[in-house]
Amino acid sequence: MLKIIAAVIGRDLKLALRRQADIVSALFFFIIVVSLFPLGVGPEPDLLRKLAPGVLWVAALLATMLSLPRLFADDHRDGTLEQLALAPHPLGLAVTGKVFAHWLVSGLPLALLAPVLGLQFDLPTDALLVLTGSLLLGTPALSGIGAIGAALTLGLRGGGILLSLLVLPLYIPVLIFGAGAVDATVAGLGGEGHLSLLAALTFAALGFAPWASAAALKIALE
Amino acid sequence: MKDRFNLYRFASPATFYPLAGRMIPWFAAFAALFGLAGLYLGMLVAPTDFQQGEGYRIIFIHVPASWMSMFIYLVMAFWAAIGLAFNTRLSGMMAQALAPTGALMAFLSLWTGALWGKPMWGAWWVWDARLTSELILLFLYIGYMALVAAIDDPRRADKAGGLLLLVGVVNIPIIYFSVQWWNTLHQGSSVNLTKSSMAVTMLWGMLLMAFCFWSYAIAVALARVRSILLERERHTDWVKAELLGVGDGERA
Repeated sequence: MLKIIAAVIGRDLKLALRRQADIVSALFFFIIVVSLFPLGVGPEPDLLRKLAPGVLWVAALLATMLSLPRLFADDHRDGTLEQLALAPHPLGLAVTGKVFAHWLVSGLPLALLAPVLGLQFDLPTDALLVLTGSLLLGTPALSGIGAIGAALTLGLRGGGILLSLLVLPLYIPVLIFGAGAVDATVAGLGGEGHLSLLAALTFAALGFAPWASAAALKIALE
Repeated sequence: MKDRFNLYRFASPATFYPLAGRMIPWFAAFAALFGLAGLYLGMLVAPTDFQQGEGYRIIFIHVPASWMSMFIYLVMAFWAAIGLAFNTRLSGMMAQALAPTGALMAFLSLWTGALWGKPMWGAWWVWDARLTSELILLFLYIGYMALVAAIDDPRRADKAGGLLLLVGVVNIPIIYFSVQWWNTLHQGSSVNLTKSSMAVTMLWGMLLMAFCFWSYAIAVALARVRSILLERERHTDWVKAELLGVGDGERA
């Protein structure tokens, strides 16, 4: 069971590393979106400190969304997806592997980059730590929930916009608890409660989303 | 055996179509009757609220619309589950037929809420838990309709839409509680509507309006499912007979 997951992760990572431009452009998209806010609302440090958690989290949602349409599209085009569906392992396991691989190339770099951008917003050190932690905890849920949307919109006209329409409302709880953890830390309340709920969301999403995505993929492959 | 009334018979489009046609006028009439009675009670009979004045009367539209917006989503999810589990054709069509009405209800609920909020709270919009989750519900309706509209193959549209509905229904409680918790952290209960016990006429007016909305939703959904049925089943003999006017139709 772990073997198929590991095999899919390894394969997807190898493919992603051969097309590093995609990873880097998603990261730069994240950086640019975050940098636009101080230009838009003005460089007041107090205001920026208040905005930072929300801005960083929303930018992370959007950057994750950007790479989602590719999650299954390439495999669908070259027939790999059908082979995975025909394989003796449940398709949900393969999707779990793909979700993990997607997180490794999209969520993880975002989380590691976020504290640097947080500095631009004058966030205190403990808030930077919580920001990184909340992104590390929350972005796997984004990849998981996003996989459902990617599977549902596989091969459809205007898939990208449709995908954001489907997935963004479902991202809201993750956004609320992720940004809430940082907010609470900045306010001196401690973000543990939010982080626990975020972890709960992530585990629920990673447990259920691959199977829902697998069902959606089977509908698309029919 | 043959005479026994069998509900499953109506899962077939050919038998459901005339049944729906016979039911529509009844529900439309119910909607009109309940609506007239509810509006009469709500607008003319119910006493003026001592806190909110006449402005409160918008709840006779607002509360039923909010109830229906949530209930219709549940009904759609129910049909989606039936459709995915038993692979019935009609279920997906029912879900699709209900979606615009549900979105309309969510929109009405937000709109009337804004109209009520301006005089009462002094703001068209507050990021209160209920408002936010109703807005997200509207987004979910829009997402469902967009997904179904983007898929050409009706069977795939039904199934994919159904799966999305089921995912959404799992998410609704999570969304509701998340926005509630998120909000209580930021602001106190300043926007909570302190409900005193309602006058009996107010309650009746609201219930009658809820029945009205309910009947309206059924009538409209049935009318919509009939046209979806005709479109989907246009290659069949019964539709051809129906359209040529030789079928037994709704008058039979």
